[in-house]
Amino acid sequence: MTVAGRYVGQSVRRQEDPRLLTGHGRYVDDIVVPGMLHAAFVRSSVPHGLLRGVDTEAARALPGVAAVLTAAELHPGLHPMWQTMMGQDAPAAPFRPLADADVRYVGDPIALVVVESRYIAEDAAELVVADIEPLPPVLDTSAALGDTASLVHPELGSNLAGELPAAGSPELDAAFASAALVATETFHQHRYACVPMETRGLVAQWDPAGEQLTVWAATQGPHEFRAICGRVLGLPEPRIRVIMGDVGGGFGQKMFPMREEIAVVAATRQLGRPVKWIEDRNENLLGGGHAREEQMTVSVAADDAGHFTGVRVEQLENVGAYPFPGNGSTAMAGSMIFPGPYRIPALSYAARAVYTTTCGRCAYRGPWMMETVAREQMVDLLARRLGMDPLELRRRNVITAEDLPFTTASGMVYETVSPAQTLEQAAELIGYDAFRREQAAERERGRLLGIGLALYIEPSQSFGPLGTDGATVRLEPDGRVALVMGTASHGQSLETTMAQVVAEHLGCDLGDITFVQGDTAYVPYGAGTGGSRSAVVAAGAARQAALALRERIVTLAAAVLEAAPSDLEVASSAVGVRGDPASALPFAKLAGLAYFGHAALPEGAPVALEVTERFKAPPFTFSNACHAATVEVDATTGQVSILRYVVSEDCGVMINPMVVEGQIAGGVLQGIGGVLYEHMVYDGDGNPLTTTFLDYLLPTAAEAPAIEYGHVETASRLPGGAKGMGEGGAIASPPALANAINDALAPLGIHLTRQPMSPAAIVAALTP
Amino acid sequence: METQVAQVAMTVNGTPRRATVEPRKTLADTLREDFGLTGTHLGCEHGVCGACTVLVDGAAIRACLMFAVQADGSEVVTVEGLAPAGGGLSAVQRAFREEHGLQCGFCTPGFVVSLTAYLRDHPMPSGAELRDALSGNLCRCTGYQGIIAAARRAAGGMEDQ
Ligand code: FES
Ligand code: FES
Repeated sequence: MTVAGRYVGQSVRRQEDPRLLTGHGRYVDDIVVPGMLHAAFVRSSVPHGLLRGVDTEAARALPGVAAVLTAAELHPGLHPMWQTMMGQDAPAAPFRPLADADVRYVGDPIALVVVESRYIAEDAAELVVADIEPLPPVLDTSAALGDTASLVHPELGSNLAGELPAAGSPELDAAFASAALVATETFHQHRYACVPMETRGLVAQWDPAGEQLTVWAATQGPHEFRAICGRVLGLPEPRIRVIMGDVGGGFGQKMFPMREEIAVVAATRQLGRPVKWIEDRNENLLGGGHAREEQMTVSVAADDAGHFTGVRVEQLENVGAYPFPGNGSTAMAGSMIFPGPYRIPALSYAARAVYTTTCGRCAYRGPWMMETVAREQMVDLLARRLGMDPLELRRRNVITAEDLPFTTASGMVYETVSPAQTLEQAAELIGYDAFRREQAAERERGRLLGIGLALYIEPSQSFGPLGTDGATVRLEPDGRVALVMGTASHGQSLETTMAQVVAEHLGCDLGDITFVQGDTAYVPYGAGTGGSRSAVVAAGAARQAALALRERIVTLAAAVLEAAPSDLEVASSAVGVRGDPASALPFAKLAGLAYFGHAALPEGAPVALEVTERFKAPPFTFSNACHAATVEVDATTGQVSILRYVVSEDCGVMINPMVVEGQIAGGVLQGIGGVLYEHMVYDGDGNPLTTTFLDYLLPTAAEAPAIEYGHVETASRLPGGAKGMGEGGAIASPPALANAINDALAPLGIHLTRQPMSPAAIVAALTP
Repeated sequence: METQVAQVAMTVNGTPRRATVEPRKTLADTLREDFGLTGTHLGCEHGVCGACTVLVDGAAIRACLMFAVQADGSEVVTVEGLAPAGGGLSAVQRAFREEHGLQCGFCTPGFVVSLTAYLRDHPMPSGAELRDALSGNLCRCTGYQGIIAAARRAAGGMEDQ
């Protein structure tokens, strides 16, 4: 167990709260630029069809309308678009901001109207008439694969968006040939979405004289936003300034600018006037990016004691029409992460991603999470076939401390994970054995109670472009500290936690630090806030920069005090000789000497009290957790009540336990929402049916269980000992809940393998 | 098409304000655009998320569902008007900070305004009543854990006053 520092390890209350609580946050819709126009999109109401013509005349005639842009006007001069993480040659849907010649999903943007006011923009959009000749929609993933007659993207010649071939092995074949039991099942996950409470939006301003683009954006990564603007418009990156203020959540949706954002940026350049676009909720649900719709078939070979000997996985992903990023497939990540917390000696993982005439897939908190959703449900199903308790089956297969370091069948190397400990802690916290006794007694009385577990190992992603982050720490002339970072905190509390890290290692008071992020003109390059990487990569940079500045301040103080640096100590924003408090020089005094009184300083004393460091992280750092849920299912109504919800988490050294628990809670509710309430529904003709909050149901406080937490703290090998943990809550909660529901339904001989597990779905399963 | 406009006058956070608006302009847009009070947020514009909640003559209402002309002559309080004069945080705001009742902060003004009105009218709510009272607002970040804890804390604090 690590001893908490003065700041690191403390549940420090957040720096960002006072402004957000009093209505003084600055979100993108709060930005007003002189001369600003407002954009609205005209969208396809047809899932698939040929665009015979777009009549914009009536719209153009409306007073206040500055422009109505279709592909013919907007696209000329635009360059190819690709995301840094995916690379230039990655398979991807064709790039086009607006529909051109055909439409490929309901919501496909056809035209952009740019108008003096938002109200008139919407009037004008309604006056645009698109002449669409319907084509058959492409909806069924399996059927779409072989279909060459009906193509989502005719220019690609196939609906296959991506493929990961199975890499079998003789060991795997042998495992299946000699297995005591082979269990195979297909699990389905339905389409649901990020749904940040703030929709997407931006204000873009082109300065024709200076040839500079400024964009205020609701984004999770201003530098990636800038890179994409640079690529599409053919502008040098330093000529583009992307500014993010407060951002109202993203969950993956705001990791990459999508077609609409790019269209608005292209429009401002063309018109030479600032343009604001704030997506409305209908658009956000219709076209802001969807996630999770996929199926996974898992075959497990086990010996007669229930030990896994081999696993075969086949995944089929529905990536919609225009996924972001790349082709929307999560299979590469899923194939690496699938073995998770278990000893699985041999594995093959095959996947296919399919384009359909639906809204494209976007990243959503743990985009690859189907591996955990399917794996954890498979463990329970196998346990049932073996007649073994799922807890016992997990105990037999889970990676223990003795197994470490452990290399998975997919080549991931675990050094500091603790899945067995979190399994036991969660079981203990939820009172697993006592619940089993209660469950048996209640079953006698006809009550359907169930318990579900889910284990997972969560990678913080710091490979490739995600692998470094930068921080500048500057002692200002008044002795206060500026912390300037490449992060893009949008709810993750980095304004507080990064300051905690700096205060701890620099030796200053927390209140002396002012945190700055989100302006590409001033901050170090950052790969964005996502992928559970901030506690690893960003905190690494903050720590490294703080230590470097501390060393410089100590060197300066040593010169002034004529003492050896090793005799000095730093505390509470002052440096003095150890054991001689009277000698302490406040940071303000030292800063004054460096900036203004340097003539009096001895030769060689440092005067540059500003340090920029980049931290380079290993490609993955692994945290782990176990979720445990108990539920009651009402056999008449199909209603699921969550009785208790426990998470035992090991994310290494916690910078701020309050923030860690907040991240877990948010993710868990998203997972609960997905299993029980949220469903982005398309009808059989490809029309979306759930495009308001009256149809797309988010969980509220009334549905939220009280979440109980346990912590195991196994430091990672990184300086600081942290691990990432931002996505796990949303990854493990769906299977934990699904397992609990199936456990409750077990006496009826029912095992659901499809989500959502809504009352209607459960009643249907209960009705013979 | 001739655009109609109307004059509206209302007291907002204690200050008399006037604006010339189209009759179809919502109170939320008027507060945000004409009065520069951007703390009132729009999460859905169809009356479900509660992010736009403000007090009109003391009652918590959804400012996305009310036209500015309907608020003519009213007393309006927004999230900007809840903190004590001279700075600091109200009891409800303090409780949210203390209990980590916000992450991105986008839903927060709506929760803070709704809860302030609710606790004024129901000083000693039960836990279930509080959950129910909060269920008219959506939050995507917190899993409601910190919000429910903040509501409990604020309810307790209000008893003390
Ligand atoms: S914006 Fe008014 S209720 Fe959602
Ligand atoms: S704090 Fe982000 S939506 Fe509630």
